[in-house]
Amino acid sequence: MRDLVIIGGGPAGMSAAIAARESGIQDILILERDGQLGGILQQCIHNGFGLHMFGEELTGPEYAWKYEKKVNELGIEYKLNTMVLDITEDKVITATNSNDGVFQIKAKAIILAMGCRERSKGALNIAGTRPAGIYSAGTAQKYVNTFGYLPGKNVVILGSGDIGLIMARRMTLEGSKVHAVCEIMSYSGGLARNIEQCLNDFNIPLRLEHTVVEIHGKDRLEGVTIAKVDQNRKPILDTREYIPCDTLLLSVGLIPENELSKNANIKLSNITNGAVVDQDRQTSVGGIFACGNVLHVHDLVDFVSKEAEIAGKAAAEYIKSGKKQSFVIPIKTDGKIRYTVPQIITEAKDVTVYFRVSDVYKNAKIIITDGDKAILSKSKAKLAPGEMEKIMLKTEQIKNVKELHFSLEV
Amino acid sequence: MIERKLTCIVCPLGCELAVTLEENRVLEVRGNTCKRGEAYAQNECTNPKRTVTSTVMCEDGGLVSVKTDEPIPKEKIFECMEIINATTARLPIKIGDVIIKNACGSNIVATQNRSK
Ligand SMILES: Cc1cc2nc3c(=O)[nH]c(=O)nc-3n(C[C@H](O)[C@H](O)[C@H](O)COP(=O)(O)OP(=O)(O)OC[C@H]3O[C@@H](n4cnc5c(N)ncnc54)[C@H](O)[C@@H]3O)c2cc1C
Ligand code: SF4
Repeated sequence: MRDLVIIGGGPAGMSAAIAARESGIQDILILERDGQLGGILQQCIHNGFGLHMFGEELTGPEYAWKYEKKVNELGIEYKLNTMVLDITEDKVITATNSNDGVFQIKAKAIILAMGCRERSKGALNIAGTRPAGIYSAGTAQKYVNTFGYLPGKNVVILGSGDIGLIMARRMTLEGSKVHAVCEIMSYSGGLARNIEQCLNDFNIPLRLEHTVVEIHGKDRLEGVTIAKVDQNRKPILDTREYIPCDTLLLSVGLIPENELSKNANIKLSNITNGAVVDQDRQTSVGGIFACGNVLHVHDLVDFVSKEAEIAGKAAAEYIKSGKKQSFVIPIKTDGKIRYTVPQIITEAKDVTVYFRVSDVYKNAKIIITDGDKAILSKSKAKLAPGEMEKIMLKTEQIKNVKELHFSLEV
Repeated sequence: MIERKLTCIVCPLGCELAVTLEENRVLEVRGNTCKRGEAYAQNECTNPKRTVTSTVMCEDGGLVSVKTDEPIPKEKIFECMEIINATTARLPIKIGDVIIKNACGSNIVATQNRSK
């Protein structure tokens, strides 16, 4: 029996482990599938990490190293090259590696920190052939930054999420020509700074309201046909345009990796695709916590680390006192606010609620109510789906509340 | 006097800046949430600079990630990349080690550890 087992050694897993140790838990084990700690950060060699946590701009590997060093200093145990295969509701973990074979561990508490994977299937709903040369942007990032292999010379990118923007610059620096970044929406899902420094700096065109409608080429990709879309996101045929290219990168979003959570009967949200959690990041299964991209997709690693601290501390409390949830205040949203994390509150204490909106809204007012009773409102000049927002609720505001309703007045 | 619109790239907030210029002199910056935005607009309109991140080949054929220690002039980015790609690094490497001295006005330092 172990006190705490953490699945995944990315920024979420490491930060949760450190917080749990600092809250007095000695017996901690991190299980990591990869050959090193750090998760996705090891391939994110660009800078832009850590401004909130460290007040300086770090690259992904540098940010990871700050935590890895701390994990080592605190003597937190971890197993690399170890893949978790299954977890159960009563917290039995099945894992495998080449030294120990397949083994089982029972834990008092578990923290899920498995990160996310890239969406790819849905995006390939495009006419034409399936030649070589089509990659998800994250896979291309791994090829270029980890293996030093450049996927192609002439590139089109579908989707303008941050990974796509970062890869547009990265491949340009390595000598490829990026002909276009196509985005089906009327705005980019990526950060404004990445449009500026990854596209505008290199005169790479961002084609808003455009999508790829056909793929050409037999064995190797030879080109794509792109087209403008109408309000219903249907391609307008006479705007079709052929672009010769040997590489198509798909950057169409990330999705939390929750196969393991399903095995443990953890209740998942069909909006975030992550677990439904309370303010401590505890899932519907007592003693199992979740944080980082496995819970909901974060664009800033700093928020991942902060969230993981909450989970790490709460898991330590759970191990020490076996704390149970005493009441449940659900947080409902109006659709304009797409989701919140946490989705429920089970203790009257100060809680920061993170949320995302479903469209771009200007001069909007966030309104929080309990039935007819106003709890809090806050005006915002601009809200966008790509940027996670947060709002702090004070203990007094939560006390005696039955339900919290988050809505947006535009 | 001319007006220039910029997006501040100093932090993820990405404020939209409006700069009033006269003969390449910045008279006024609006739209910035903090002081760093003003400094960014100043530099961007007079001497734009960027941090470059990339990888350097190691002697064993693997890669180590690197960055320019200081931002370099924007027009030197590709020159800097040529220097980076012409270099092979000796192992072992510790984070912060200088891999190339003075490339386009900045040292190139390792952002990853690599053992032999
Ligand atoms: C391409 C890209 C660019 C980004 N750019 C920025 C940026 O500029 N600035 C910024 O602040 N943030 C950025 N982010 C976001 C930030 O990197 C992530 O939010 C953060 O890394 C998520 O941390 P995590 O620990 O939740 O997940 P991950 O880093 O994905 O770590 C999850 C870990 O769990 C392991 N794992 C998964 N399943 C198992 C299993 N079954 N058994 C054992 N181990 C398992 C994985 O191997 C991995 O190491 C970027 C993300 C991506 C993908
Ligand atoms: S002005 Fe300040 S807050 Fe706004 S993007 Fe620049 S650094 Fe960030």
